Amino acid sequence: MTEMSGAKALIKSLEKQKVDVIFGILGGAVLPIYDHFLNSEIRHILCRHEQGAAHAAEGYARASGKPGVCLATSGPGATNLVTGIANAYMDSAPIIALTGQVPTTSANTTYMIGRDSFQEADIVGITSPITKYNFQLKTAAEIPETVKNAFYIATTGRPGPVLIDIPKNLQTEIAEMDFSDKIGIKGYKPRSKPHPLQIKKAVKLLMKAEKPVILSGGGVIISNAANELLKTAEALIAPVATSFMGKGSFPENHPLSIGCIGMHGNPVANKLLCEADVVLAVGTRFSDRATGTLDTFCSSAKKIHIDIDAAEIGKNIEVDIPIVADAKKTLREINNRILKQGKNREDTPWKIRVKETKQQLNQPPNKNDKSLNPKSLLFELRKILPNDTIVTTEVGQNQMWSALYFNALKPRTFISSGGLGTMGFGFPAAIGAKVACPNKPVVDIAGDGSFRMTEQELATSVTEDIPVIVIVLNNSVLGMVAQWQRLFFKKRYSAIKLGNSPDFVKLAEAYGAQGLRAESLKEFSEAVKKALKSDVTTVIDIPISSEEDVTPMVPPGCGINAQVGKY
Amino acid sequence: METSNTKVIAAIVENKPGVLQCIANMFRRRGFNIESITVGHTEKKGLARMTITLSGDDKTIEQVVKQMNKLIDVIKVNYLEKENIVARELALVKVKALDSKTRSDAINCVEVFRGRVVDVSPESLTIEITGTSHKIDAFLNLMRSYGIMELARTGLTALSRGAKSISVDE
Ligand SMILES: Cc1ncc(C[n+]2csc(CCOP(=O)(O)OP(=O)(O)O)c2C)c(N)n1
Repeated sequence: MTEMSGAKALIKSLEKQKVDVIFGILGGAVLPIYDHFLNSEIRHILCRHEQGAAHAAEGYARASGKPGVCLATSGPGATNLVTGIANAYMDSAPIIALTGQVPTTSANTTYMIGRDSFQEADIVGITSPITKYNFQLKTAAEIPETVKNAFYIATTGRPGPVLIDIPKNLQTEIAEMDFSDKIGIKGYKPRSKPHPLQIKKAVKLLMKAEKPVILSGGGVIISNAANELLKTAEALIAPVATSFMGKGSFPENHPLSIGCIGMHGNPVANKLLCEADVVLAVGTRFSDRATGTLDTFCSSAKKIHIDIDAAEIGKNIEVDIPIVADAKKTLREINNRILKQGKNREDTPWKIRVKETKQQLNQPPNKNDKSLNPKSLLFELRKILPNDTIVTTEVGQNQMWSALYFNALKPRTFISSGGLGTMGFGFPAAIGAKVACPNKPVVDIAGDGSFRMTEQELATSVTEDIPVIVIVLNNSVLGMVAQWQRLFFKKRYSAIKLGNSPDFVKLAEAYGAQGLRAESLKEFSEAVKKALKSDVTTVIDIPISSEEDVTPMVPPGCGINAQVGKY
Repeated sequence: METSNTKVIAAIVENKPGVLQCIANMFRRRGFNIESITVGHTEKKGLARMTITLSGDDKTIEQVVKQMNKLIDVIKVNYLEKENIVARELALVKVKALDSKTRSDAINCVEVFRGRVVDVSPESLTIEITGTSHKIDAFLNLMRSYGIMELARTGLTALSRGAKSISVDE
């Protein structure tokens, strides 16, 4: 037990959790905390909007596997975090959001919570449906235990955001602090070991399968199970489709990789999943954009579903063999059993089918086509970028083109807003990823509309010396919604024109970043190479057609077997 | 109103501010239909017990239980099968009783239903009645003819039969 102020205890607790960086913006209700940053090794990165701070914390978390931390003042600071917290919740990312709050009742303050005080917002109430858990502190002495529990909850089981709301008076209050390591949360006991009987059943089904398909989700990345997954796939000779969130969990240049499923999924993945007789789904939640209508989704297959979140089992689709457990532990056990039974069926008809379907449906871009189309650009980009490059995306066509045409080769190298679809996520997430992995190149593949939503973080990346690359696929429209108006509203375009404002090259320069423009494939590849060598953030503006659609596409209300349009 | 599709769920939860909001929020957000919620202290300090009745098929109830289990302040959740529980609801009803004839008629009904008259005024009777929700519905139907001036129902609370209990490990 040691006596100290709440703010000091907070910083000490964060240090105990090995926090090395915090993204935030200060304000009245967190001043005592900021004062203590001056005595700490923790790096504070001043963002230009709290939304950016929350996304950066998520980018950091998803690139590194460690929890990301963001910090905001009470009221508007806290509410500005909300989109970022909701994003982390939907994509199961472990972030810790710290917010200041107006003081609770105390001898020396006249303001208190519940009186609509200046910059008071009920952030605990607001974020209760979008956090895994949240706390509002009542005494300073709770700080060490609360921080410890918050990190435990955020990072174990199915990860997610946890918010701690800290009234200002507790930050200066002196209390006896207990920094012991014991964790005890009555209502929270995440289970991680699979049930042996379920494993046995699953293996039996898999060994009998003639046309097995693995569907790998974000859970495989979160549980660091990519190596295990590779072994399973190779032992079973099962092609691997991923959900959008699972992109990167299996190397997309592997002969057994068949791409992402879903509305704008790879046609090979959508097709073969519908032909499968057994589907092994790992760490995925069967979201509506992934499955299309449910009656035709894998209708001929028996389904095994591994997920650490029991509530995901049977939520969207009925499965035959549910396994509530950690993906890595489960795949290990499955692999042990499969390998013991020694399966080795080279050149099965199914393997040949996979190869042929890929050849038929996944044509690379036409070499003679020198136009600046997204497909050629993204194939070219993959050739230039080193394998360990971390790619983030914005939301819209840019995101779906990236999913279709940019191969992710390693886990944690493709980071995008899957569940919430937040425009403006990619750029601050790239900053966070770069902070986590300073030696890897980080590239945000952006649309012009999305980039504008958080572009002010250019100032953060320049002043804090966090160089990333932004590739703006600039179609001068809100492309994805324009596509929907083109296809489903008879080309009645409404409110989609962005025009040519701003000039992204000048914008970058105004922030002290490097701005480049590429008007041919050759210029594009030169610009990317130049950006990779540069030690300052680079924005590459690429004017593309505003009429381009993302194809193929599953029309809304259809099954993934009804995808139309060419890859 | 209780229907054949009404299911009963009991939960042990942390007894602290915000828990009820959190649970109610989850029900609203996921479109689960609550018919009633009762909350009260348990035999253990710091823990509260909730009885929730709601309508839905088995699949919905399974989701409700799983989603509740996910909430960190929810320590234990059980689906209580209707055949195996003791379930009670309490109602306080104020009925019009202007003359002695209606008054004695009403009191007769109260006795048949094993209720109690807990307050009397020149124009009204206040009656307390406990029982299953069905029994209370039936009683209220009778009282309608006298004119119900005010009604307060607690919602259902329930325990499973026999020695089994929802235990919480310390
Ligand atoms: C914050 C937010 N607002 C609105 C939307 C709805 N929306 C989805 S895609 C899209 C257009 C995105 O335009 P842009 O960033 O230019 O990308 P493009 O589709 O042109 O590649 C919009 C407005 C969203 N996903 N997020």
